[in-house]
Amino acid sequence: MAKNNTQKQFTYTMAKSKEVFIEGMKGGIPIGLGYLAVSFSLGIAARNAGLNAFQGFLASILCVASAGEYAGFTQIAAGATLVEIAVITFIANARYILMSCAMSQRLAQDTPWYHRMLMSYTITDEVFGISIGKPGYLNPYYSYGAVVVAFPLWSIGTALGVMAGNLMPLRLVSALSVALYGMFLAVIIPPARKSKIIAGLIVLCFVASYAASYLPVISDISSGTRTIILTVVISAAAALLFPVPGNDCNREKEG
Amino acid sequence: MINTYIYILVMAVVSYAVRVLPMTLIRRPIKNQFIQSFLYYVPYVTLAVMTFPAIIEATQSPLAGLVALLIGMAAAWFGASLLQVAVSCCAVVLILELFLV
Repeated sequence: MAKNNTQKQFTYTMAKSKEVFIEGMKGGIPIGLGYLAVSFSLGIAARNAGLNAFQGFLASILCVASAGEYAGFTQIAAGATLVEIAVITFIANARYILMSCAMSQRLAQDTPWYHRMLMSYTITDEVFGISIGKPGYLNPYYSYGAVVVAFPLWSIGTALGVMAGNLMPLRLVSALSVALYGMFLAVIIPPARKSKIIAGLIVLCFVASYAASYLPVISDISSGTRTIILTVVISAAAALLFPVPGNDCNREKEG
Repeated sequence: MINTYIYILVMAVVSYAVRVLPMTLIRRPIKNQFIQSFLYYVPYVTLAVMTFPAIIEATQSPLAGLVALLIGMAAAWFGASLLQVAVSCCAVVLILELFLV
């Protein structure tokens, strides 16, 4: 009986999938334009790591992760080991664990495994943001619509960054290279406005990261490893000092 | 020297794993409050650490990078979209470096 009900839930959720898909594509347009600008600067980082345009495209369409790819490219440029690459990619993408957890709570329970696998691929800060904003159980086709518009732009932008990075005047490269940091700020600053703990944490991170990159001994460690150490230490300290009440999955759902 | 495609493969596998494992494996909420809180803070901490001082090292003039950081923070604080924040940062650097470099 219960199973029957959940099956109905999924079928109901999937009604009007074509319209929902088109609605998702519309939502994907502004995201895709933002991606195009930001991934261009990511392409510059990819080029510095020795990637060609095709490799930049491939990395972006497979990873779809601003911070994760950026961290990975930086590590490749530094000649890192595969283990270092895996760890830094994991750390830089750790927030997707949370989002995946949150999204799992918003799928009808009988959502088939292939939709779960595809939905996982759609998790980026922005697409997750617009998907989770919909009320009720999620219709995967909304996210798919957003992804078919936004992700190719993300990947093409990366390839363009690799190609045009050395054709453009240094002045323009310099300006575009901060787009990525702008994207990071757009993710971390709005929650800082709502939470003094997060605001304080961000300031602390800036100071600690600055100190770590200039202090003797610590500054000799590779930047990727420094990022990992700082992230684990500061996040663990924050978790001990300011435990987050309630369940994250539920909280994300409400927020 | 490791083949670039192997690097990309490792990045792709890890990037997908962190997204797909919770969605397919965790069918009930995480109960441990420390892990919950740790996961909650990680995204903010890691992005903040990667932003500064890297932003002042990315530009030709460190001062331009610093001003871009402040303007980007202000724009995001007052609710600018992802695209608007990114473009504001770029514009600040482009304009300032006309004078600084």
